Amino acid sequence: MTDGHFRQISFTINDRERRLRVDIRKSLAEVLREDLGLIGLKQGCGVGECGACSVMVDDVLVDSCIYLALWADGKQIRTVEGEARDGKPSKVQQAYVDEGAVQCGFCTPGFIMATTSFVEKCKGKNVSPGDIRKAHAGNLCRCTGYQNIFTAIEKSIESD
Amino acid sequence: MAVGKSVNRVDAMAKVTGRAKYTEDFYHPDMLVAKYFRSSIAHGRVTAINTKKAENLDGVHAVFTYKDVPENKFPTAGHPLALTEDHKDAADRLLLTRDVRFMGDEIAIVVAQNELVANEALKLIEVSYDEYQPLILPEDILEENARQIHEGSSNIVGEHTYTFGNDVDQAFEKADHVVEGSFRTAMVQHCHIENHISHAYMDDLDKIVIVSSTQIPHIARRIVGEVLNIPLSRIRVIKPFVGGGFGNKQDVILEPMVAFLTLKLNGRAVQINLSREECIIGTRTRHPFYIDVKTGVMNDGTIVARHMDAISITGAYASHGHSVAAAGGSKQSSLYPRAATSFHARTLYANTPVAGAMRAYGSPQIIYALECATEDAARKIGMDSVEFRLKNVARQGDINLLSGKEILSCGLADCLIKGRDFIGWGEKKKEYEKFKTGPVRKGLGLACLSYASGTYPVCVEIAGARIALNQDGTVHVMVGATEIGQGSDTVVAQMVAQTLSFPYENVLVVQAQDTDVTPFDTGAYASRQAYVVSNAVFRAATDLREKILDHAAVMTDIDVAGLDIVDGNIVDTRKSAQVMDMKTLAIDSFYHKERGCQLTAEASFKATTNAPVFGCTFVDITVNIPLCKIKINRMISVHDSGVIINPVQSGGQIHGGAFMGIGAALSEELLIDPKTGYIYNNNLLDYKFPTFTDVPPIHHDFVETFEPTSAYGNKALGEPPVISPPPAIRNAVLDATGLCINSLPLSPHTLFTAFKDHGLIDEKGGDNV
Ligand code: FES
Ligand code: FES
Repeated sequence: MTDGHFRQISFTINDRERRLRVDIRKSLAEVLREDLGLIGLKQGCGVGECGACSVMVDDVLVDSCIYLALWADGKQIRTVEGEARDGKPSKVQQAYVDEGAVQCGFCTPGFIMATTSFVEKCKGKNVSPGDIRKAHAGNLCRCTGYQNIFTAIEKSIESD
Repeated sequence: MAVGKSVNRVDAMAKVTGRAKYTEDFYHPDMLVAKYFRSSIAHGRVTAINTKKAENLDGVHAVFTYKDVPENKFPTAGHPLALTEDHKDAADRLLLTRDVRFMGDEIAIVVAQNELVANEALKLIEVSYDEYQPLILPEDILEENARQIHEGSSNIVGEHTYTFGNDVDQAFEKADHVVEGSFRTAMVQHCHIENHISHAYMDDLDKIVIVSSTQIPHIARRIVGEVLNIPLSRIRVIKPFVGGGFGNKQDVILEPMVAFLTLKLNGRAVQINLSREECIIGTRTRHPFYIDVKTGVMNDGTIVARHMDAISITGAYASHGHSVAAAGGSKQSSLYPRAATSFHARTLYANTPVAGAMRAYGSPQIIYALECATEDAARKIGMDSVEFRLKNVARQGDINLLSGKEILSCGLADCLIKGRDFIGWGEKKKEYEKFKTGPVRKGLGLACLSYASGTYPVCVEIAGARIALNQDGTVHVMVGATEIGQGSDTVVAQMVAQTLSFPYENVLVVQAQDTDVTPFDTGAYASRQAYVVSNAVFRAATDLREKILDHAAVMTDIDVAGLDIVDGNIVDTRKSAQVMDMKTLAIDSFYHKERGCQLTAEASFKATTNAPVFGCTFVDITVNIPLCKIKINRMISVHDSGVIINPVQSGGQIHGGAFMGIGAALSEELLIDPKTGYIYNNNLLDYKFPTFTDVPPIHHDFVETFEPTSAYGNKALGEPPVISPPPAIRNAVLDATGLCINSLPLSPHTLFTAFKDHGLIDEKGGDNV
């Protein structure tokens, strides 16, 4: 691998500044997992179909598997690892636990980020069941039939 | 009381925080990646292969082909070792093959420093083939001169017949009506979100460690040993968190190969992490079935005779082979035990992706046909569909004539009544009478199911549990039962808490499975875990409870008969007073210089029973004729799975199963080119399993019975919910449109063809209604 493949970038990851030499061919998912050890995000397809790799980039939910790491230069990134604070889960995380919205858990980190982004965006607004469903349609879950995830999302909105 | 409470999963917090580690999350700095070179044709034989250029690519460590692998063929199905020949799985697979049997067959494998290089190397491999006509459809596969996909097999993996009850031919003769139908199910895929992944390394010079996303760690260990001809004790399989399996990881798919590679590469860590596209075509699928059903029925609504003939397509390799058709077929005797029944099934090889175990193992196919046929019979005699089921389905005390065992618990009739009431059957039926013509039609449908709680007497049913009291008064539990997302660790903790009278929080289940450490259990399949493990857990916990009380008696000089554990504390029952907390007892047992010891208990248990479970689905739908679309307005599944250990988690199993059933009913199908064997849609964009916006609210309910053969009264639940939605939806379409559409999925494509054939829409899709 020649040096031509690398570029220096910097971004904020879960509130911490990082400067990093990244392989320009790598996706953000790969850099987060392999270079930063942030293994919370999962990959179920690698091509933007399943949403397991969802993270927030400047408050926008993205599939990190199809987002080049390079594009994150100068941006704010949030991953599932940053959501629990002071030994406490976020409200969204707690709602997923309480509502039985987790089974195998492989889709869960992506869903947690999707719901977090949705709840923050909808603050103070009325949301319909249809809004909830649409906002999470890019995240696939094969275990739950989305039923308990739906109630966890509703609860996250209420408790916010 | 921990049993019956909706406690949170033991692993939920680890999963929502992203800390739960799955196979891919274990990092080895020097790990190599391996990628299969897959065939680009479905049927043929390699005449030449050249890997030189690939080997010479920078970053490639090795390339292996079919010439380099052991010559012994092995079976891949995750079954316990069968001691008798008749139950052995077909040994028809090699690590790499020269004979190509499906598009995507594994001919060679590249090992490289990373995936990028491995993918480049794959492009440099040159191969030429002798090509044969792919055999896809039953008539071609069974044609007299058809090529044998596996030499000597005649393209048949297995075949069997059974009959039970009265003389079937006579019963058909006596029947007032005989109703016939032919049914077809599609090739669907598990699509667990975590693809298959395994890695292996050696932790000294002769021990292989395999870390794998598997449902069957102990079986994988044995089969790897058989493939590589090394003793089982030199292989250690570790199962971390698993991102879903649904049967697809009840097969040894990658484990033998990663073990082979690490052996070849001097113990270095090697990982295979399948892409989604590979996972869909190169692991396992659900067997497509072709089924003919004949039902003999009396005017009073009694089903007196049934005959079913099934063809199951297992694809390129047997995998679970004929067991799937056999297991599915056997459920008739617990669902309709009083009808004289005959059954015949054959399982065929084909040049298609390999079919294996998938949630409910043949029952979704068989019961789909059975419940469609039952609906047709009810309509033939003009009887209400629910009344007809109530008259014919199993009741407690019936004898399952195939197993010869009495049905000890059965709440199916009550399930039907609950479902009927919830859906508003009577009123809705009336209301919908005016929606039987025109472009938008409405209907109701239902279907019943029966399933089992394990594999006995076909396979051994064995489970193990080990419990140790910790110094802080909590316990750690180890089970061989394999948590793959279904929640078995959580129900085990609840069972232990119940029997020990400990708070649930004080029962900790060791999460990862490690075949060097955990008690023996054959794994997660057949919805067996909670049922079979219940008796092992109960025995171990009862034993530990006695040991704890004995030690308390020694410590306090109180007669053991007067001591009890209440909420994790030692209590003097005569005085109704707490004597000490568990931590005090534990510390004494560990550190007192003269008395006590580490208090542990262990049990290994074989189940020689197999409780049938029951359930039904009711659905209310709207069919839009010109759009060829079905909308589910309301749906409920009601299950008798014995005592419900954890209502919320159990609800999750029903939701997930019903959702998979809806997918199979409406949209899921691997599309195969009948000429070339090419799969058109091996990705999550084109393989349509329902998204958040596609599923309706799924309601569920339980009829709780007590199953006496389980330690806590519980029966199976993981798989059954997938079974009944497709026939319920088909029956609702029949109610709405008057059409028997007998192939799955009921996708717009299928509906278009059916509506066109029946004149509901014209060639161009304009409606005639
Ligand atoms: S892994 Fe990124 S969308 Fe599936
Ligand atoms: S919990 Fe398994 S994929 Fe969502």
